[in-house]
Amino acid sequence: MTGAAPAVIAEGLTKRFGSFTAVDRLDLRIATGEVVGFIGPNGAGKSTTIRLLCGLLRPSAGRASVAGFDVARQPEAVRAHIGYMSQKFSLYGDLTCRENLLFFAGIYLVPPQETEERIRFAITMAGLDGREDALVRTLAGGWKQRLALGCAILHRPPVLFLDEPTSGVEPQARRRFWDLIHHLAADGVTILVSTHYMDEAEYCNRIALIDAGRLVAIGSPSELRRHDLGGDLLELACAPLGAALAAVRQLPDVLEASIFGDKLHVLVHDSASAAPRLQASLQQLHLTASPPRRITPSLEDVFVKLVSRPMTQG
Amino acid sequence: MSIRRLLAMAYKESLQIWRDPRSLAIALLLPLIQMVLLGYGVSLDIKRVPLCIDDQEHSQFSRALVERFVASGWFSVVHDLDTDRSIRDAMDHGTCIGVVTIPVDFSRVLATTGSAGVQTVFDATDVNTTNIALGYAQGVIAQTTADFAAQWAGRHGVRRATIGTVDYEPRVWFNEGLESRNFIIPGVIAVILALIGAQLTSLTISREWERGTMEQLISTPVTALEVMLGKLIPYFFVGLFDAAFCLVAAISWFDVPFRGDMATLLAATALFTLVVLGIGYVISVWIRSQLGASQVALLLTMVPVTMLSGYTFAIEQMPAPIQALSLLVYARYYVTILRAVFLKGSGISDLMLPILALVLYAAAIVLIAAHAFRKRLD
Repeated sequence: MTGAAPAVIAEGLTKRFGSFTAVDRLDLRIATGEVVGFIGPNGAGKSTTIRLLCGLLRPSAGRASVAGFDVARQPEAVRAHIGYMSQKFSLYGDLTCRENLLFFAGIYLVPPQETEERIRFAITMAGLDGREDALVRTLAGGWKQRLALGCAILHRPPVLFLDEPTSGVEPQARRRFWDLIHHLAADGVTILVSTHYMDEAEYCNRIALIDAGRLVAIGSPSELRRHDLGGDLLELACAPLGAALAAVRQLPDVLEASIFGDKLHVLVHDSASAAPRLQASLQQLHLTASPPRRITPSLEDVFVKLVSRPMTQG
Repeated sequence: MSIRRLLAMAYKESLQIWRDPRSLAIALLLPLIQMVLLGYGVSLDIKRVPLCIDDQEHSQFSRALVERFVASGWFSVVHDLDTDRSIRDAMDHGTCIGVVTIPVDFSRVLATTGSAGVQTVFDATDVNTTNIALGYAQGVIAQTTADFAAQWAGRHGVRRATIGTVDYEPRVWFNEGLESRNFIIPGVIAVILALIGAQLTSLTISREWERGTMEQLISTPVTALEVMLGKLIPYFFVGLFDAAFCLVAAISWFDVPFRGDMATLLAATALFTLVVLGIGYVISVWIRSQLGASQVALLLTMVPVTMLSGYTFAIEQMPAPIQALSLLVYARYYVTILRAVFLKGSGISDLMLPILALVLYAAAIVLIAAHAFRKRLD
């Protein structure tokens, strides 16, 4: 965190569509050069918040400013200072990589003498050397996303909004994309990036957890991991999972239970007393189960607890 | 407004037109197809209308009448009507659409009274053709009869004046051959341009919405005016190219006489192209699906432009409210200008009113188009 004015400020930011409130009195401050991860289930209001901050939607209430400009009153000034990648891939598929970059360089009024150099940089950054003249629709997902990022940063914006930039991209390409994000942040670019991949949350300076339009929690990954779940967390493998989950939820010791991959995570008041009883109950029901083991809560455990419904998996 | 952004927009749009088979087909193939269909298909002329002659007299006169019918070029005479086959049969079978009956005593009645009757019966299911054919048939018969009467009078020493014939010498101006093609083809150019122009631009904004590129575009500092102009410029040149193609086809292929000056025509064509492209663009802004926008563009151009522009149906003959409505149809003014420039050789000074109407229309549509597009998602 630096002492400079925050790059992004939202105060009581609200967006209603008819009777549906997509974003509900959201407060957010993002410091210059910070990478903030936006996490939440589908439909939680991540995209709507990002669109509000880009000036694409008009707030129903509250206010927000980006790079010092008010999103409702100075949307054009905001647009000149941001880069945006929408959730849906949005470059021109019938144009080549170079043509897309040239187009956005023109639209963003990149100085003509620098255009060639910046396009060169974007192509190298996206790993598209030698494929400059390929039609964009023929590229694989990872390349497309890196090219979209390249287009969004041609004008060197101080603030970047990336809406699920890695969805549908293979893991190695995702990793590479995050390296690019960190390089940009190191240069002082402020980045708000939404994702539903839990592992990606770990790459952020801070995580903003959003659910039903509300900001549920915000903090660094380690701060959030220390969040008090209100009990001990046990992990056990058992089969069949569905039947075990239903059975475990009936037990008096259990506060909460949910499926994590091929295991169950069970929240109890006291692991020492609950673990043997849990195992005994499952055996009684003829469900095979490994001995419950106390674990440190992961970020996902915290999110599940906070959101109190399962996170959607990509 | 930034010229650089405008050029970036126009260049991008040009590339997309060039790479989109559908846009190319509309821009290049449609004018060709329409020109052939409308140029050849729509004709108000009658040629070689099948006609039966029920010649009961077999005289010098009846033979002369048949010859005159054939020589006119408007009719093809079908001889196979025998007396016992009814007129009704011939018409039912479509052998002919008209029958001219020369009575047995025609020459005798003409000789004794100085006038005689020839009966004509026409199938009026196709009113237009029949009306025109009937007119021509009357002309042929009247002329032949008059000539015969004059010959008869000469032979019998009766001075022609006593019969009281009036010499009628018709002259028509501007389309001397009364070729309906000369009248229709200039209108066809207007119809084609209106259709193609609106079709082309009706897709331009909706395509960006459908493909998701619009969200990216409106997140940039590009202005609504730059988007509009950047998108319309390439289509404007496509429109002018199509107009040039239609004009060349009209003059060199369909042999429509061109008597006016190119400058007037180009000015009017540029204005008209701007109007139709603007209409398509506004539709595209308002309707976010390509299919919907294209359908609405078709409906909004096809019906008024073919019905109310005066390109085939004379506006002067319509009821007053419809005539008033046609004043709103931009194509009406262009059709008027095209015809006047082509056939009358009119220049800008003669066409002030329709040109002014097009200028007003273009200004209005550009104004609406410039304000129609909002850089917002809600």
